[in-house]
Amino acid sequence: MDVSRPCGVFNTRYDLDIAIIRTKTHWALLMGGILLSILIPPSLGAHWLSWCIETCIVIVAVLGLYFVTGLCGQISLGQAGFMAVGAYTTAILMSQTGISYWLALPSAAFFTGIVAVIFGLPSLRVKGFYLAMATLAAQHVIIWCITHPPFSKWSGGFDGITTPAPTFWGFAFHSHTSWFYVSVIFMWALIFFAKNIGRTKPGRNFVAVRDSDLAAEVLGINIFYCKLIAFFLSGVYAGIAGSLFAPYIIRIAPENFGMDKSIWYLGMLIVGGSGSVVGAIAGVIFIRLLLELTVIFGPTIQVIPVVGSYLANYLGGIVFGTVVIMFLIFEPRGINHRWTIFKSWYRLHPFSY
Amino acid sequence: MAFFLQMMLSGMMLGGVYSLVALGFVIIYKSTGVLNFAQGQLLAIGALILWSFLVPLGLPLWAGGLSAVLCAGILGFVTERLTIRPMTGQPLMAVMVMTIGLAALFDSLIPPIFGGVERAYPSVFPGGGLQIWLLSISYEYLCSFIVALAMVGFFLYFFHRTRKGIIMRAVADGHDTARSCGIKVGTIFSWVWVIASMSAMIGGFLLGSIENVSPALSAIAMRVFPVIILGGLDSIPGCIVAGPIVGALEMLAVGYGDPIMEGGAGEVMPYIIILVTLIFRPFGIFGQEHIERI
Repeated sequence: MDVSRPCGVFNTRYDLDIAIIRTKTHWALLMGGILLSILIPPSLGAHWLSWCIETCIVIVAVLGLYFVTGLCGQISLGQAGFMAVGAYTTAILMSQTGISYWLALPSAAFFTGIVAVIFGLPSLRVKGFYLAMATLAAQHVIIWCITHPPFSKWSGGFDGITTPAPTFWGFAFHSHTSWFYVSVIFMWALIFFAKNIGRTKPGRNFVAVRDSDLAAEVLGINIFYCKLIAFFLSGVYAGIAGSLFAPYIIRIAPENFGMDKSIWYLGMLIVGGSGSVVGAIAGVIFIRLLLELTVIFGPTIQVIPVVGSYLANYLGGIVFGTVVIMFLIFEPRGINHRWTIFKSWYRLHPFSY
Repeated sequence: MAFFLQMMLSGMMLGGVYSLVALGFVIIYKSTGVLNFAQGQLLAIGALILWSFLVPLGLPLWAGGLSAVLCAGILGFVTERLTIRPMTGQPLMAVMVMTIGLAALFDSLIPPIFGGVERAYPSVFPGGGLQIWLLSISYEYLCSFIVALAMVGFFLYFFHRTRKGIIMRAVADGHDTARSCGIKVGTIFSWVWVIASMSAMIGGFLLGSIENVSPALSAIAMRVFPVIILGGLDSIPGCIVAGPIVGALEMLAVGYGDPIMEGGAGEVMPYIIILVTLIFRPFGIFGQEHIERI
């Protein structure tokens, strides 16, 4: 429960007590945020528009990770692999059977959820490092299945597969601008859903399992069932992210979903602060902005003799690794913690406490 | 039949090197309770440092080898001091994420420092091979296998018979208990990383002389994960037994799976072994099952 509310704000009705959005400032910030996030990106030019679409998609994927790693405490190294399942299911369903995107997306999401549950099955007996191994195996096995027979017959193997443009009542989403609106709407809806899951019974169970699985079991929580639900939700989110990714990138190929991507998603969640939705979003935006900076400064670095070109290529990874290490040492609770400190300062201002 | 046996044999020889690499993971896990995801990168850096001593500087093998072992030790020490020590008291999962971050950092630092091209060591092991009946083993594999076995034997002795090794096992058992017995846990952590980094360097040398010396060696180390899972994360004998098993299965997958699967069966086999082990015998052949109580 958020206890640091401004002076004089009390809950007088039960529905106020369970409201997500409590104060006028909340409302103003949220509505302003939603409006700005929808209105501004289309006017930023092609490059930043693609950046915004990808950010929306990555936020959805990292929110999936938020369930299983942030809330339930199980490190997952397979999020990009699950995203690949979603993307390929969408693309194959649309191109082979010709069904509408709006049917393919939920089927892909559900199917990815099932796949995630299958790879979460070892959580019946193991946890921690061992479970991280299972998700690592998931990542590699999924990508291998996509690129090798028998599945490569449909998925196109290493060459990838082309996704037809989705249509809605005769309108085809060919341009990036139109696809941006779809992704941003999905993103906000899924953020809302994720925020709510954390407040429901399953969400509270996840947190109990994360904090102490033995204590949770003693309290009557079925840990195995709970972890599988977390894996399912994470898979559904990854599936939707993949589904949104396929029509955006049009030609999807296995290298879009490599092991490095899974690690990046985990790093984004850690940098943001693993236990909160705001953290997940902030982490994604922060790391992706840093990446953009490295792209901008790449040509400058390239002039360094001998190592310049390598350095420019690998600058993103160097910055990412350093940022993750720095955050783990100096602010393990992530950007979200700083934001919480700022919020309580703002609410209590001018008093210090 | 000869093909089957040949694949088995070369797989088991490769598996010996896997055992050695797995040893690095097990040493760190046994003593600090952390699975070090950056072990593969330490291995690649070690192999590349040795190459830099041997080829551009032209040192003889013994001098280059000693300097490389020293450098690897320093690298392990510095890594532990800068990144793992500040995490003392944090949950183990956070430390594991730290090693993942380290792996990402090293992966991006290796190509700018050493260059991304593939190289080869000057031939250390004799060429040619041994011919037994229908089977042949190259001397490279045989020597690597022997060196790996010797190293594993040394560490087995180290952990069970020497003072430092027993102290390390005490630290693994419980940091607070070890501290109350007068053991400096921090110093032991440093030692553990130094030793693990050195053994990674030797593994890198062996893998590098079998395959090529390149930054891609770090990915080969990922294939060692099934060895530690199958053998048990905290078991040195497990490493010795599981290494050849995993190596043989991998080579059999390459031999029989590749023609059907259009290649790549050897790459996915390790992960299938991981999944099967985790489902049916999660703590491995020799791993200690943790029974928890409140």
